[in-house]
Amino acid sequence: MIGVQKQAFQTVELMASAASKVIEDGAVVLTGSGLPMIAMALAMRTRTPNVTLVFEAGGIAPQIPVLPISVGDSRTFHRAVMATSLDCVMGTAQAGFVDYGMLGAAQIDMYGNINTTVIGPHDRPKARLPGSGGANDVGSLCWRTIIIMQQDSRRFVKKLDFLTTPGYLDGPGGRERAGLPEGTGPFRVVTQLGVMGFDDATKRMKLLSTHPGVSADDIKANSGFEIIIPPDVTVTSPPTAEEIRLLRKEIDPAGFVVRK
Amino acid sequence: MEVVTKGEGPLLGWHDPDEQRKWVRANKPRRMTDKRMELKESVSRFVSDGDYLAMGGFGHVRVSMAAIYEMIRQNRRGLTLAGKTAVHDCDLLVSSGCVNQVEVAYSFGHELRGLSPAGRRMIEQGKVKAVTETSNAGFQWRFKAAAMGLPFFPARILMGTDTIAKSSAMVAKDPFSGKNLALIPACYPDVAFIHVHRCDRFGNSQIDGASIMDCDLARAARRLVITTEELVADDVIRNEPTRTLIPFYCVDAVVELPYGSHPGNMPLVYYSDEEHMAEWLRLSKTDEGTRSYFDKYIYGVSDFGQYLELVGGQAKMKKLREIELLRAPTEAPWAE
Repeated sequence: MIGVQKQAFQTVELMASAASKVIEDGAVVLTGSGLPMIAMALAMRTRTPNVTLVFEAGGIAPQIPVLPISVGDSRTFHRAVMATSLDCVMGTAQAGFVDYGMLGAAQIDMYGNINTTVIGPHDRPKARLPGSGGANDVGSLCWRTIIIMQQDSRRFVKKLDFLTTPGYLDGPGGRERAGLPEGTGPFRVVTQLGVMGFDDATKRMKLLSTHPGVSADDIKANSGFEIIIPPDVTVTSPPTAEEIRLLRKEIDPAGFVVRK
Repeated sequence: MEVVTKGEGPLLGWHDPDEQRKWVRANKPRRMTDKRMELKESVSRFVSDGDYLAMGGFGHVRVSMAAIYEMIRQNRRGLTLAGKTAVHDCDLLVSSGCVNQVEVAYSFGHELRGLSPAGRRMIEQGKVKAVTETSNAGFQWRFKAAAMGLPFFPARILMGTDTIAKSSAMVAKDPFSGKNLALIPACYPDVAFIHVHRCDRFGNSQIDGASIMDCDLARAARRLVITTEELVADDVIRNEPTRTLIPFYCVDAVVELPYGSHPGNMPLVYYSDEEHMAEWLRLSKTDEGTRSYFDKYIYGVSDFGQYLELVGGQAKMKKLREIELLRAPTEAPWAE
């Protein structure tokens, strides 16, 4: 990967560390498994211990013992305060109780709309992907959506092959015109190269920080659309030794995502 | 209500609410009768070629996998599957040729383990169609509408996307707020199988842990087969009625099936069998490997008991219980 080969951490560890710093303490976060879950587990062991996790299958405020493999498996309600239903979790998200939703994606566009359904035409796809799952619901109903994904010019595209989950749709006011809850939408995009946000006026993706060793030109070269590059871009803090230890030894000791 | 847009996906499993009420009155069991039967009979009686099928549970969790194997052994054809985060069940039903249409929320993937080689091959070769797209809450609220006897349930999801364009939902102007609102059509699957922790002979069922969509699915499905880890005495249910999620009158058959969710997770009882999943993910990379899996684990056994012996019997089940109870480490052989 670009610029950081000599670092003492893996790309996924850098992404988990960066994503863990995006939320504030006390927030309610709806997450799937995999890297988003790892980022939240890290957040709760470091800066933001009072985050409440909710899982779409029904787990509310679990104390995750080891990384779940399935988004509804028993680890997602281990020592939880409630084990309920998808109806309850998505219903409360719709009612405004869920601050953040964490998603992955295969493609993203400049307004933060994402594709997890197909590459190629829908009726005869070049590659069939799993589909929305709960992503459309998370991207529609949570106040702010955080997307964690790989960045390159095939994934950061001018036009999605399929718009699975809404970002800002066609720009300012797009979500509200469509009927989605007011004041919601994508908040951050965390990739192996940097952390992006969205410009308030245009709702277009904008660079916030580059990871150590990555330049703004690397960010540009790895996007099929123009990312706004403001003058005040910062450098992402690399994961600390303690964060790396937590990720490898406590959060994903079996190496599901963080390879040993 | 003024309709703004209509999804182009076919409206699957929908009935007029009055027609459905009459069907329920004529067909659903009202008396508390003993509904125990063998798995083979439950599949032969309640699963017909061409049915719209929905499975309880979610992903690799609490899915009635024994029923999936039996449908494949009985060679059902032309099924449409509710891909409501359908993972191994979808992969097997699609690659065995039982299912030729999927309504997709999440299908063709194995969650953290990666994508489904077999299921994706079938769809990328055009042998199986993703006829409709929706989301997990889309399914949840299709079943909720049905469970409540309503033609649709309103929700603020899907709007503005290609997902709704390929769905069977509509967008209308909400007369109260004046805002656009998605109308999620009811879905009454022809048949559903739900795997539970315990139920009595009448079908009164209790699920421990997350119930996912199963309360509403149980009420939505026209025919419902409960497979259960444990068949319990009537008093066990009556002593703790607050734990019951599915009442007997929704249930058409009860099948006692310990380990019936294998290779999936049965919360608090056994964890998913990741060795078995790794074997499937390895074999299903080719058509030949896929066939060898079916020959070994499905066609090569006469029932679920033989299958359980083949996958490791009591020793394996004990190990999966240890992992579930966090007394042994979780394994991920597919990650190596």
